[in-house]
Amino acid sequence: MDRLLDVRQLKTAQLGPLDLAVQPGELVQVTGASGAGKSLLLRALADLDPNTGEIMLNGEARDAMLPVQWRRRVAYVPAETAWWGEHVDEHLPAGFSRETALHLLEQVALPEGSLGWEIERLSSGEKQRLGLVRALLNKPRVLLLDEPTANLDLENTKRIERAVRAYLAEEDAAALWVSHDTLQRQRLGGRILTIHEGQLENTAWS
Amino acid sequence: MELISLSALDLTLAALLVVALAGLTVWARMGLGRSLLIAGARTVIQLLLIGLVLQTLFDHAQLGWVALMAVTMLAVAGYEVMARQQRRFAGLWGYGIGAVTMFVSAFAVTVLALTTMVGPSPWWEPQYAIPLLGMLLGNTMTGIALGLDRLTQTVWRERRTIEARLALGSGWSEAVATMRREAARSGLMPTINAMAAAGIVSLPGMMTGQILAGAPPVEAVKYQILIMFLITAGTGFGTLGAVWFASRRLFDTRERLRLDRLKPGRHT
Repeated sequence: MDRLLDVRQLKTAQLGPLDLAVQPGELVQVTGASGAGKSLLLRALADLDPNTGEIMLNGEARDAMLPVQWRRRVAYVPAETAWWGEHVDEHLPAGFSRETALHLLEQVALPEGSLGWEIERLSSGEKQRLGLVRALLNKPRVLLLDEPTANLDLENTKRIERAVRAYLAEEDAAALWVSHDTLQRQRLGGRILTIHEGQLENTAWS
Repeated sequence: MELISLSALDLTLAALLVVALAGLTVWARMGLGRSLLIAGARTVIQLLLIGLVLQTLFDHAQLGWVALMAVTMLAVAGYEVMARQQRRFAGLWGYGIGAVTMFVSAFAVTVLALTTMVGPSPWWEPQYAIPLLGMLLGNTMTGIALGLDRLTQTVWRERRTIEARLALGSGWSEAVATMRREAARSGLMPTINAMAAAGIVSLPGMMTGQILAGAPPVEAVKYQILIMFLITAGTGFGTLGAVWFASRRLFDTRERLRLDRLKPGRHT
């Protein structure tokens, strides 16, 4: 079986029913007008909103996994990452590997010491890059990126794009990426899903 | 020492003070005159009525009547807890969480105190049971209302943080732990402060009442200590229970944050 994520009859209050399959290593873009349901699709896949239907990860049913296990493997990264403690390292998953952290920080061009930085003093670019590192430390199989670069300059945007690409290649993981930016869409390439009024409308390749 | 009975004239003199205050606020255009007078009138009517009810209850001391009175008090307290929430749970839960936790904590502590500590005979003797339950319910109600209100407000405000923690693989309990702690604190703080200030800053009402009624101060103090411990226990267990159940209810079985289970906030 070479399907990493297999979604059948996924349905929420405003979405679906829709089917979707994603291969390992694939980066799938999700587009559509605002309010069409792009975020709702990602939130449903991360099991953050009530939904019905069948979702399988590597042939393993979502409902057979604890919610905590599921969300570590299918990681949702919002447009604006939330921080609640005083320092960056308070927000990292327990028992993460230091080696992995260093590798990921290098990918997003941040120094080792950034894990001890104060949240107050982070720029929005640093927050989004650290937000990505934080999510990747769980070693997710599927990344759900909900406009992760929406408020960033081009330099930071490209750092995040590169880091995601590198992660997908190294881990043979997949990503669903919601983006409004046409240039970004061209850079990312691959399969593009369009959502209209909660339904998958068409699939294109760029 | 004996209780000096108050005449209608004594009460009228005290009422005149409130009327004078209301007059002053009207003169100063502070818009409080009406509220003062209405609240004053309610005090007179409600307390006279409860006086009559208690008198009747004492004259016909039967378990059934005492139980009916207790259940009525609980029902009203449950409604008060619900009414004080800016964002309360929709449906039966809005009433149920407060009422059930109050029943478990305030009722249990009252019955325990009556049967093992105070020990009137019979144990439900209304002269002891009703005032004890009243003090416990009143305080537990305040604690639970404060705790629940704080919990739902902060969870609403911090929903992005909570969902971020869930998305990073935290369980519901961990994701809401800070808000739950804060809610429990705000529910328990008034009681802790009251214990700390007792006798130094203020002479507690019940003790003052007993002293006025002619009880020896040391006896009154012993009762007051007992009551304060009971109130603390009742409020504490009640608030912790209510906050825990409410925080659990904010998540479903798949540990999703379910703010749709709350009614929209009131603008007050």
